[in-house]
Amino acid sequence: MDDAIVLRTSGLAKRFGRRWAVRNLDLSIHRGEVFGFLGPNGAGKSTTIRMLLSLVRPSEGWVELFGNRLTRRQRSGLRKVGGLVERPDFYLYLTARRNLEIVAGVRGDGSSSDIDRVLDTVGLAARADDRVKTYSHGMKQRLGIAQALLGAPELIILDEPTSGLDPQGIKEVRELIRQLSHDSRMTIFLSSHLLSEIEQIATSMAIINQGRTVVQGRVADLLAAGDNVVRIETPMRDRALAVIASSGLVTAAHAVGQAIECSMSRERVADLNRLLVHEGIPVHALLPKRSLEEYFLSITEGGSEL
Amino acid sequence: MKTILGNEILKTGFKWRSYISFLAIAIVVPLVEVALRLQGTSWERSIIRGFSQDFVILGNILNGYFITHVIMNALWIHVPILVTLGAGDQLAGEATGGTFRLLLTRPASRSRILAAKFATTLLYALALVAFMAVLTLGLGVLLFGTGDLLITGRTFVVLAEHEALWRIAVAFALSVWGMWTVASLAFLFSSLVENGIGPLIGTMAVIIVFYIIGNVPADLFTAIKPYLFTSYLDLWQKMFEDPIPWSSVLHSVYVLGAFSIGFYAVTWYIFLQKDVLS
Repeated sequence: MDDAIVLRTSGLAKRFGRRWAVRNLDLSIHRGEVFGFLGPNGAGKSTTIRMLLSLVRPSEGWVELFGNRLTRRQRSGLRKVGGLVERPDFYLYLTARRNLEIVAGVRGDGSSSDIDRVLDTVGLAARADDRVKTYSHGMKQRLGIAQALLGAPELIILDEPTSGLDPQGIKEVRELIRQLSHDSRMTIFLSSHLLSEIEQIATSMAIINQGRTVVQGRVADLLAAGDNVVRIETPMRDRALAVIASSGLVTAAHAVGQAIECSMSRERVADLNRLLVHEGIPVHALLPKRSLEEYFLSITEGGSEL
Repeated sequence: MKTILGNEILKTGFKWRSYISFLAIAIVVPLVEVALRLQGTSWERSIIRGFSQDFVILGNILNGYFITHVIMNALWIHVPILVTLGAGDQLAGEATGGTFRLLLTRPASRSRILAAKFATTLLYALALVAFMAVLTLGLGVLLFGTGDLLITGRTFVVLAEHEALWRIAVAFALSVWGMWTVASLAFLFSSLVENGIGPLIGTMAVIIVFYIIGNVPADLFTAIKPYLFTSYLDLWQKMFEDPIPWSSVLHSVYVLGAFSIGFYAVTWYIFLQKDVLS
């Protein structure tokens, strides 16, 4: 049962006028995963999430939640789902508690103890009876996660949950996600435009670009897959290059400016380092540049945000 | 369903914007009544000047019922604006605030949420007219006392005191019915846009244009007049005719009801199809 698929899409597509925001998207998210949904801004992440949560009707394909096809009339799958889509917007003139009561009302469950529980989880218990108007962005973001946790859902869908937060806030949210995944055994679907973020929390991921999935799999496999590029910085570039080339540890090596870039499997990086040290070649830096990151950089065009 | 409706009422009740309409009535009605009270007998003389030669006027003409009827006539074209102020925000307000994302990602169907919002809209219109009725009549009776109701204008009718009171009550009830049609139209416009002011302008534009069409005596306009809902909004005025043209009142009630249901049906269709992108 642990391997059960909690969320599946098939041929999911959305067209706005003549522009396809999402095309032919097939995703499967298994129970217990932290699934990272990665893509540059405008790749179709939000539209996809809106379709998963029934805000937007797919032009083609379908969404299945816990084995139930999601339609206008058949919404029971959403009972086990909590979601936060884009900015955390609330009724600003109401208190956090009232906002949560309203959400619990449309969920059709939610006792005051459940509301206390989620407020406590995100650390807002002390400010629960203040109007949301008085909240900082970070607090609204936490309240956004709190409302997604109402009714103890099995799957939570978070759209860019760390966007706009300061480093401390980002750290807290990541910690919270880890905790939900480990302690509460929730399945978590989160989108981001930052590879580093997905890498740090997710167990599986998909990269989406221009509405299509380009890569999908377990994070560990994707990062290990194929040759990695390792950049070596050393003052003795030419001698190092000769040693590396004849070592049999790399598939290719060439000079790039004052440094060397080698294509090689990840397991052999340590051996290469040992060899260079043994040969008396000082190594200033040995930087793994993974192919996935290179790839993601190339599709995000410059990737200044990475 | 009960909690969803309760929450909708609560949201409307806690919003400051909802009280603008009540505030407007709470200012205008006492202002008019106090002004008329200060004007006193000179105003009374100007009303009866036209027919004081032909009739012997006994008792208190300038009474609370009379004042209420005067104010109803003066304000009935403005109350739709105030109703729209609340109704037009019901759906558009959620779109503006981004809070549709909180509501519509849940197991509750859109139909149920829409029904709760529509019920809240109707309650709002009811509360507003009821507030206006209680304030107008209450303050009127307090300042001017009671007496027979004199209706001048198209017809000349004098209604006995006991008759006047229930007719005013039914007239207010009928005006609620008319305001529900106005509110339904504003609700429909509210489903189409993402700002609160659009439905207000749209509804008022429709009412004004239809009202003009209905009152210009051109053949073309006369022909389409029966198909405009605005032609029936004056149904409450029929309560002050003698005898009351009940069949005409009922006809207006049916037509306005049909329009309200029609507006709601269109809203329902739009809302169920709608992609929430706000």
